[in-house]
Amino acid sequence: MSDNQPYDTIIIGAGMSGLAAGIRLAHYDQRVCILERHYTIGGLNSFYRVNGRNYDVGLHAVTNFTQKGTKKGPLARILRQLRFKYDDFALAPQKGSRIAFPDHELRFSNELDLLRSEVKKVFPGQVDNFEALVAKIADYDDLDQAAFEISGRQVLSDTISDPLLIEMILCPLMWYGNAAEHDMAWGQFCIMFRSIFLEGFARPYKGVRLILKHLVKRFRGLGGELKLRKGVKTIHVENEQAVCVELDNGEQLTGKRILSSAGRLETMRMCSDTSELDPRLAGQLTFIESISVLDREPSSIGNDDTIVFYNDSEKFHWERPADELCDTRTGVVCSPNNYVYADEEGQLADGVVRITTIADYDRWAGLSEEEYQREKLRWYDRSVAASVKYTPDFRPYVIDTDLFTPTTINRFTWHDNGAVYGSPDKVLDGRTHLNNLFLCGTDQGFVGIIGAMMSGISMANMHCLRG
Amino acid sequence: MAPEQIKNVILDILTDIAPDEDLTDLKDEVNFRDQLELDSMDFLDIVMELRKRYKVNVPEQDYPELASMFSTVNYLTPKMVDCVAS
Repeated sequence: MSDNQPYDTIIIGAGMSGLAAGIRLAHYDQRVCILERHYTIGGLNSFYRVNGRNYDVGLHAVTNFTQKGTKKGPLARILRQLRFKYDDFALAPQKGSRIAFPDHELRFSNELDLLRSEVKKVFPGQVDNFEALVAKIADYDDLDQAAFEISGRQVLSDTISDPLLIEMILCPLMWYGNAAEHDMAWGQFCIMFRSIFLEGFARPYKGVRLILKHLVKRFRGLGGELKLRKGVKTIHVENEQAVCVELDNGEQLTGKRILSSAGRLETMRMCSDTSELDPRLAGQLTFIESISVLDREPSSIGNDDTIVFYNDSEKFHWERPADELCDTRTGVVCSPNNYVYADEEGQLADGVVRITTIADYDRWAGLSEEEYQREKLRWYDRSVAASVKYTPDFRPYVIDTDLFTPTTINRFTWHDNGAVYGSPDKVLDGRTHLNNLFLCGTDQGFVGIIGAMMSGISMANMHCLRG
Repeated sequence: MAPEQIKNVILDILTDIAPDEDLTDLKDEVNFRDQLELDSMDFLDIVMELRKRYKVNVPEQDYPELASMFSTVNYLTPKMVDCVAS
């Protein structure tokens, strides 16, 4: 085929959503090209190698996990839509996780009944209210923008009368997918509650690489083109249509339509016809991740938790740090060893503990190289010190460390402010001001690995495969 | 293409969409939805696979015809009479 022939669809970004969309379109014989600015695939869910060790960027847990044979839910859906077998993703379920607040904790697992019994034990007066909340979540309709946007805190306080239980439920759900500060849209709350408490956590033994490898192999096998180090600088607009994309290197590619996973504001900025952008559309929440390699398995020092979401007071603060590089009042402890891996895979080569802490993009981005290296060391120590109040102290067993920051996240995702979950304003139908430019990925509203793939699939189906 | 071949085409598409599903006990008269829990996205996929593989177009108002194997084969028989099995 000649190079001058337009692509049926140009996809911006080779993360989970772009790759999943690409597979759908290439499967139905479209000429598709995925353009990725970074030198590697995956976006937020990428991976890297330092000192001979493999690290994941985003992955703590694949949420939305359901058992093999489950026919409903996002995992079963994406497998059917992408024509994968359940075993292709080799998902090992979690051992069990915790929400840890001062003097109160709630354990949960991939069975809702554990959380139910914990609520009964810790908040005996809230049992009926908790069931009422679960019923409201079951009734929530996924693609209703008006219902999506109502205040999650409002619905929670109408349903549950103990403020501490509300904060404890919000903590993991905000940590794993809330782009807005303080409050959470009811729709986002329902999506996260289902994906974490009604479904669950799992992880492939080989980490996120395994899933990405399958996606890329399938996409290329179907004739799709993937171009790395090809950032889109401009989407040229004529007569209210996107006519072509211009890359950072000046090269131009034409496509009948464009599906962008770059983010809402980030995509608008590329369009040649947009002049003023609303800065409120930029997300503010970003993280540092302190990774510790241990000389032993976490379970040998009494840590059997897969994930711990901790908070140091009765009020959960989900906001950009007020006056420092990071805010260690709340955090997440992920122990990737604590999944039930298949016997033939055994245990991971190293013991690993990952701590996630809220950070401020501007302060990290403004550091000189020397300051940056110093602050990395300082905040590794501070974030780990904050976390060991909620997990057995692993510091004596650390043999290697790494820390990535908001600027690292920005490099992988190209999101403004390194905002992990993108813009606080989601566009559920993926539409933009142009009738042949659509959004998928984080800013369309689904988050997590399975959610991102679902986003790519549903936007490809809705906007690129009809007619 | 004869009705029996069309049935095989549909089985092939279903195997493709749901590779973990055991289709040996699939009953011709019972709705796919009740046996396989296919959702609307999956039904759209059956339609698109037919278009991709055999250039057969199933207009949206005819989607209910694809409810069970029996009704699907009945519906497709006149439409696929000139199709050649691959």
